[in-house]
Amino acid sequence: MHPKRKQRLIIVLFIFFGVSSAIALALYAMSQNINHFYDPSQIDEGEAPVDQRIRIGGLVVEGSVLRTSDTLDVQFDITDFRASVTVAYSGILPDLFREGQGIVTTGRLDQFGVFRAEEVLAKHDENYMPPEVQRSLDKAHAYAE
Amino acid sequence: MIAELGHYALILSFCLALLLSVVPLLGAWWQDEVWMRFSRPLALTQVVLVFASFVALTTCFLIDDFSVQYVAGHSNSLLPWYYKMSAVWGGHEGSLLLWALILAGWTAAVARFSRQLPLPMISRVLGVLGIVNIGFLSFILLTSNPFNRYLPNFPPDGVDLNPLLQDFGLIVHPPMLYMGYVGFSVAFAFAIAALLSGRLDATWARWSRPWTTVAWAFLTLGISLGSWWAYYELGWGGWWFWDPVENASLMPWLAGTALMHSLAVTEKRGVFKSWTVLLAIFTFSLSLLGTFLVRSGILTSVHAFASDPERGRYVLMLLLITIGGSLLIYALRAPVVMSRIGFSERSREIFLLLNNIILMVATLTVLGGTLFPLGAEYFGYEVSVGAPYFNLMFAFLVPLLVLIMGVGIYSQWKDTKPGVLVRKIPLLAVVSLPVSLLVPWLYGEMAFLAVVGVFIATWLTMATARDVIQKSSSKKGYIRGWLKTSRSFKGMVLGHLGLAVTIMGATIVSHYNVEKDVRMEPGTIVTVAGYQLELVKFDKYRGPNFLSERAEVRVRNSAGREVSTLFPEKRRYTVSGSVMTEAGIDPGLFRDVYVSMGELVADDAWAMRVQYKPLVRWLWLGSIFMGWGGLLAVADSRYRVRLRQRLGNDTRKLEAEVGITGKAAPFARGEAG
Repeated sequence: MHPKRKQRLIIVLFIFFGVSSAIALALYAMSQNINHFYDPSQIDEGEAPVDQRIRIGGLVVEGSVLRTSDTLDVQFDITDFRASVTVAYSGILPDLFREGQGIVTTGRLDQFGVFRAEEVLAKHDENYMPPEVQRSLDKAHAYAE
Repeated sequence: MIAELGHYALILSFCLALLLSVVPLLGAWWQDEVWMRFSRPLALTQVVLVFASFVALTTCFLIDDFSVQYVAGHSNSLLPWYYKMSAVWGGHEGSLLLWALILAGWTAAVARFSRQLPLPMISRVLGVLGIVNIGFLSFILLTSNPFNRYLPNFPPDGVDLNPLLQDFGLIVHPPMLYMGYVGFSVAFAFAIAALLSGRLDATWARWSRPWTTVAWAFLTLGISLGSWWAYYELGWGGWWFWDPVENASLMPWLAGTALMHSLAVTEKRGVFKSWTVLLAIFTFSLSLLGTFLVRSGILTSVHAFASDPERGRYVLMLLLITIGGSLLIYALRAPVVMSRIGFSERSREIFLLLNNIILMVATLTVLGGTLFPLGAEYFGYEVSVGAPYFNLMFAFLVPLLVLIMGVGIYSQWKDTKPGVLVRKIPLLAVVSLPVSLLVPWLYGEMAFLAVVGVFIATWLTMATARDVIQKSSSKKGYIRGWLKTSRSFKGMVLGHLGLAVTIMGATIVSHYNVEKDVRMEPGTIVTVAGYQLELVKFDKYRGPNFLSERAEVRVRNSAGREVSTLFPEKRRYTVSGSVMTEAGIDPGLFRDVYVSMGELVADDAWAMRVQYKPLVRWLWLGSIFMGWGGLLAVADSRYRVRLRQRLGNDTRKLEAEVGITGKAAPFARGEAG
């Protein structure tokens, strides 16, 4: 083969394998970091995996927020009006977290069915409803009828 | 009345945009000089009208005209005047108007500062920009008119601006970011104009290069302002969340960085022509995609303004027309001829090609991670892609990029002498390796990624520094020599150093951030990374439009000397009732001490978050260097001098070539031979 061509071929092959390995890594990384969303009814029916990073969402049940006075542990229930899940969290809740508000939280479900939250999201607009929560409420509503 | 005048001005500017997109393009096609000469005055008049419209909306805010729906929705009579002005872009409609103003501004700037360009070229560029103007002005007029009124009954007062946006950061962040986003439309217009003219040679690259660099510099500053704003205003000390909207601004930045470098190759060597054009199209399309993601409301994000699906559909349509139309033109007009200019595998061309490939892979990584949840949702799965995905990908791609960069700095166009590049590696490694082991050791923990981060930052700094010393050597000493280097070289050095500084900051603050959530009452002392924080007292005060609970925290260093007193706050905005955390920050070049109030846990006791953030300021310092470097490169005298010199030749050459399309002009430059 002409040396110039050979050199071109080496460059092209090098780039090809470089880019393919990058894409392979991206796909692998993504498959490891996809968080599925579950609503309280699905958790109640046992559809959600235990001890895997997932996201759940719903409305914070009125009067369910419990705080200890000497630590930052907090516990509350979220619901889609068909089922509810207890969420345990340690730390500071976002400014817009309040009872009746729609929230989404990321964390793991333990074997007792308590959701150990790592992150709690409430949006910076009190009229805002996370779309996942809205859909799960609609679903629960349709089920009730 | 003022609102109606503003609306009227906007409609007029839309009509002018229609003319601007038709007349000069037809003129360029028919080679009708009179028609082509219309382009500049049209562009300059159009910006005046959009500006008038913008002023009208600002006036409505300043005089508290709550009969205008947009004003009533985003302002309040208690708001200080400067927030009334910045509230203009605090919502969907107004921020689009700002976008349109900046777009018209860029168009006018091209008309004003490109006198040396041949008339057919400038007509095509302004014509393409006119089409982009039509897109955005029609979007505003048809779906998001900021001048709609509540009539006959209007609210007595407005519902207030979102408290998060009542801040200095918001006054400057969106205009800066939009300057960048929209600025890429100029690079896009040059690329399309070059395709339309059929003369896809190195000249268009030279013309569009300064515009691309300026846009990139603004985008860099805009993104880092956004990050800085999130850091102090969201209250939790985070500076990058891989939020879809952040990703939306990062993608054009990555593609724009690639474009900037590939334009350099096209200008200097006349190769990668088709690729550069494609990259210009991609970059602008990614800017539009960003707009679509933010405006359509399909994303769950802090940035997503509440909006209706009609707007999303409209932007999606604009996006599809832009991508589809420009790719069609590309397919029809891009030259299929392979360039005959050769270069070796050690040439600068190859290194910049690698830069482009890595940056494009990074862009696609972000694009994939951002769009995957949307695609999955379409098929009925509700998923999200977590930050670890992006972190892993960038922890892989950025070191690769920087290692190649450090060597590539020494490469030369066409070919580098064998051995020159390899011989640089030992010296760079000898300095970088000890530093990368020492710094994490000093911080107390040898995390692998921290070592990698410090290694590449030092590697890049060393490579740049050596390059500076080499290029500055002169008989009159290094300092004279450095001053004699061109501004574009200084700009490059500054940009690369800026990247090193940002990488250093990101690495250290990610790995050695100390964070404690604690319960504090008067007298409580918390120790974090050697700093003692004592809570003195809690008190309350009343601001212009909020009530605040405030803590007083005294900070002492490890020697027991008082460093500062911080006042973190929890504010309740009276009109909207929303609550905001204002952090107390003691900033420093090497560390920030960051205190924020959580919630009341008992009488006179609050849950508080105390953080020690090493080198966090370097993140933004680095991007200031990068932005400054970009602006410096554009100020290079060669753009003016060469263009002026060339003006005579080019016009003569052009007169000879007008009408000859589809034929690439021969590339004739000193460097090529």
